[in-house]
Amino acid sequence: MLKSFKIGGIHPPENKWTADGKIEVLPVPEEVVIPLGQHIGAPATPLVQKGDRVKAGQPIGEAAGFVSAAVHSSVSGMVTAVEERPDAGGILRPVVVVKVEGDEWMEDINRSEKPEHNITASKEDILKAIGAAGIVGMGGATFPTRVKLSPPPGNTAELLIINGVECEPYLTADHRIMLERAEDIVVGTLILMKALEVKKAVIGIENNKPDAIGKLQGIASKVLGVEICPLKVKYPQGGEKQLIKAVTGKAVPSGALPIAVGAVVQNVGTALAVYEAVMKRKPLVERVVTVTGKSVKKPGNFLCRIGTPISKLIEAAGGLPTDAAKVIGGGPMMGRAMANPDAPVTKGTSGILILSEKEALRKPASNCIRCAKCVSVCPMGLEPYLLMDLSCHQLTERLEAEKVMDCIECGSCSFTCPSHRALLDYIRLGKSRTGAMIRNRKQ
Amino acid sequence: MNTILITIISLCAIGIVSAVILYIVAQKFHVEEDPRIDTVEGLLPGANCGGCGYPGCRGLAEAIVKANDMEGLFCPVGGTACMKEIATALGREVSESAPKTAVVRCNGSCANRPRTNRYDGAPSCAVEHALYAGDTACTYGCLGCGDCVEACTFDAIHMEKTTGLPVVTDACVACGACVKSCPRSIIELRNRGPKERRIFVACVNKEKGGVARKACSAACIGCSKCVKECAFEAISIEKNLAYIDFIKCRLCRKCVAVCPTGAIHEINFPARKITPEVKEAEEAPEEKNTEPAAVNMPVPTAIVIAEKAATAGTIVVPEDSSVAKKAEEEKISEEEEVAEEEKKEISRKADRTSNEEIDFKI
Repeated sequence: MLKSFKIGGIHPPENKWTADGKIEVLPVPEEVVIPLGQHIGAPATPLVQKGDRVKAGQPIGEAAGFVSAAVHSSVSGMVTAVEERPDAGGILRPVVVVKVEGDEWMEDINRSEKPEHNITASKEDILKAIGAAGIVGMGGATFPTRVKLSPPPGNTAELLIINGVECEPYLTADHRIMLERAEDIVVGTLILMKALEVKKAVIGIENNKPDAIGKLQGIASKVLGVEICPLKVKYPQGGEKQLIKAVTGKAVPSGALPIAVGAVVQNVGTALAVYEAVMKRKPLVERVVTVTGKSVKKPGNFLCRIGTPISKLIEAAGGLPTDAAKVIGGGPMMGRAMANPDAPVTKGTSGILILSEKEALRKPASNCIRCAKCVSVCPMGLEPYLLMDLSCHQLTERLEAEKVMDCIECGSCSFTCPSHRALLDYIRLGKSRTGAMIRNRKQ
Repeated sequence: MNTILITIISLCAIGIVSAVILYIVAQKFHVEEDPRIDTVEGLLPGANCGGCGYPGCRGLAEAIVKANDMEGLFCPVGGTACMKEIATALGREVSESAPKTAVVRCNGSCANRPRTNRYDGAPSCAVEHALYAGDTACTYGCLGCGDCVEACTFDAIHMEKTTGLPVVTDACVACGACVKSCPRSIIELRNRGPKERRIFVACVNKEKGGVARKACSAACIGCSKCVKECAFEAISIEKNLAYIDFIKCRLCRKCVAVCPTGAIHEINFPARKITPEVKEAEEAPEEKNTEPAAVNMPVPTAIVIAEKAATAGTIVVPEDSSVAKKAEEEKISEEEEVAEEEKKEISRKADRTSNEEIDFKI
């Protein structure tokens, strides 16, 4: 029997229509807007000024603190502004705007297609290269990878888990890179193993991607220490704690980091970025984005430069359908609707989903009927109906006691609620208030 | 018979012993409580709203009795009259505090501030504010979900349907619950003023003038005309936003007349008379003549934004799991699915056979 996590989980319709098309390379746009804060933590400090000339791959922002990441120019051209521009939610964020002139790359970047499989770099060199390349978790959480690879003192990593689950419906970006860049991902995995000094790595892939499992198994069988673990299809298996439970059977204790059970989880996209950073000295300046939706003319996966306006991506996919009502950044479960379609692609943009009004609009919420469906699907074993009530009444201390901070915001509760209650919206609010309370108490 | 008697006697004995124990405990652990606390609590309104900053009326009563004077202790519900009574009961001087009321500092009605997208998330300002910039181009203004209405325990604030903005009525006791509940800090407590007359800037947008005006035709653009007009130095400008100090303001209404966007509001004033003795009254119509053109100018741009957004299809339903659910309800027909499955299977087989041989040197 295939492995999976035990508590909760749901089975949303997959709708992975773009799994069969090859990744298309999107032409470089005329102008890119590169946000300085594309990661969790402090936004990067700008290194360029208006009027500077930059090359593709040149650092334009340096990490501002331990939990932060460097930002690089994804194109060559002239910096036309270092200012604040609205992000996908319409909130102003610091950005660097570059007007594209040609496509000149930094000299030390190896842009050949030739695969490099000889890992000569030492652990320190690898960590340094990852930090310098500004790599963050590519699954969507955008946590700086360098920080994740430096376990806190007293903890040692025993197992590296590569997350190729891609449990979000619609998205196929990770699926495609697993097919098209399988060798590079395995080399990236080996680099990460060396950085963590672990002997074993497991690549977890859900069973709805048999081609990816087959391809990676073929490669991994020739490499010592890398295993492929096919998993039963269940959302949210891509969640860090759920994946660890599925692969190892160990549960991460409440409030602890995965390192507490000796595991470190990295996304396949991150493994690929690590390969490029270490073997080709190429910083994180482009990523694969799925553009999909029922009425999108040419849905597909596009390799685009960071900072490309999302409207350009939609254009490449055949333009905005006439019945489009909502554009979501990310998948339908954890993604966010966008208020500003001119917002740029960032390191964490895994997909653009375009829905019609019929698909998109929520149904009116009614009263809780105490069916406990939300309790049975919660993958963290929480009681969402109770957390929502407590959040509405701002009872932060009780929320803390009910482990609201363990919520992974997967949205299974809202998905399953027969009364269409906005459980996660309120729980997330309660979680942020509780988090603020805990931080205040620590100070 | 005997059993009944024994039962009665033993129960009585237990009762007497318990009574004695309770009496002794009550004597031994007696807590001396100031009787004045009860008196003060009786004088307070008993709304337990927390507007004073203490947990309920008893909390305030304890604090009043404990403190030496009435400084900083004030019941917004009972007001000065109530505090005077308490002060007399305790034999103290009362600190005068002018009665206050909540004021909504936003005039972003549907007409002034066009919607650029549609919010479809949980109907709560706090949720909306945490998710994104809101359904208009103004990132500072009222979100209109009515968190303040919910927070008010005195039924003194309600949403006006035509404008989509909250309106404070005379029932307001200035407990400050709405001020705390507003995630955008739009509501402010201000002096009620003589005859309930008030003048305030109904805008909190700190953007530069052009940006603010593009988002809302009634926004404060920080032009500082009102600052120059004010003879009492009551108006200050900070971050492109004017603020009227309600203590210094003498309610002369000159600033209201010069404001090019109509961001300064006057409440409960009689209709304006054009009298020769007021010099500004002559200037005011001049200003007003230019006003419609100035006000109208940004409107088309704003509509363009709205249209652009509408065509771009940003109905915003931040984070949505119900989305996938909808999709579930509209499954593709079975035949299509089968055909697609077959197609996928073929391509997967093709991919599997194309696995290449690779050497790894580590």
